[in-house]
Amino acid sequence: MNCRKAINEISNYLDGDLDAELRETIQVHLDKCHHCHAVFDTTRKTIELYCDGKLFELPTDVRLRLHEALRRKLCSTPR
Amino acid sequence: MSESPEATLPKDESVLVAEAKAGNYAAFDELVNRYEKKIYRLGLHITGNQEDAEDVLQEAFLKAFQHLPDFREDSRFYTWIVRIAVNEGLMKLRKRRSSKEVALDDPEDDEGEVMPREFADWNPNPEQQLARAELESILMKAVAGLPPTFRTVFYLRDVEGLSTEETAEMLNLSVGAVKARLFRARLRLREDLSRIFKRG
Repeated sequence: MNCRKAINEISNYLDGDLDAELRETIQVHLDKCHHCHAVFDTTRKTIELYCDGKLFELPTDVRLRLHEALRRKLCSTPR
Repeated sequence: MSESPEATLPKDESVLVAEAKAGNYAAFDELVNRYEKKIYRLGLHITGNQEDAEDVLQEAFLKAFQHLPDFREDSRFYTWIVRIAVNEGLMKLRKRRSSKEVALDDPEDDEGEVMPREFADWNPNPEQQLARAELESILMKAVAGLPPTFRTVFYLRDVEGLSTEETAEMLNLSVGAVKARLFRARLRLREDLSRIFKRG
């Protein structure tokens, strides 16, 4: 296992999409290669940042305009 | 003082859909309240800007309201509204492409090897070091720098949590194309964020 091969498997590794043997081989590489370890670790952290539910709140004015648009649609829809 | 469980438990989505189909607007409103934030986030990540994200949000729920009688309930309502919103977002991007503002999927982005250049560890907990608005701005800038289908795949797989197969089906891509784009999207986002968050 070299760095290039390890990096090419990073997505499959993070997704748990590797057979046990390849996973173990990568793990051994990560234990001794600080560069690859940092890349794997910060890629995982990147995903975690985007998944943070506290970010990207719906602004109040955007929400009000959505509900106003829906009310207008409701009023103009024959029932 | 305790309330009965019936009074506090949120209604099941399928019950709300049935009531909304029967003309109960309050039930539809409850569905909107439940998912509006996630659909706005989806719009932000696919279009890369707040104005278009608001359009995606409005169009998705207006279309859902209009076509609710046709919703056959062979999937969850949430899956259905995500699909509508993804289509709205991609339509926005196509319009931008036709106005030559952005190129949708530069073929060069699909080729060549992706190797990291930044190998440093990050400062611990960057999300705690920055004001929320600043962090959001950094994350959105990085996403907006990706080709549109990369960021759509990234959002659906990593933020929305769809499977590779579900993402492929929703975007009309092969499973291999989804995996390749996700790989590139993750590494490119990491590279961009590393320049800001690296220890040192």
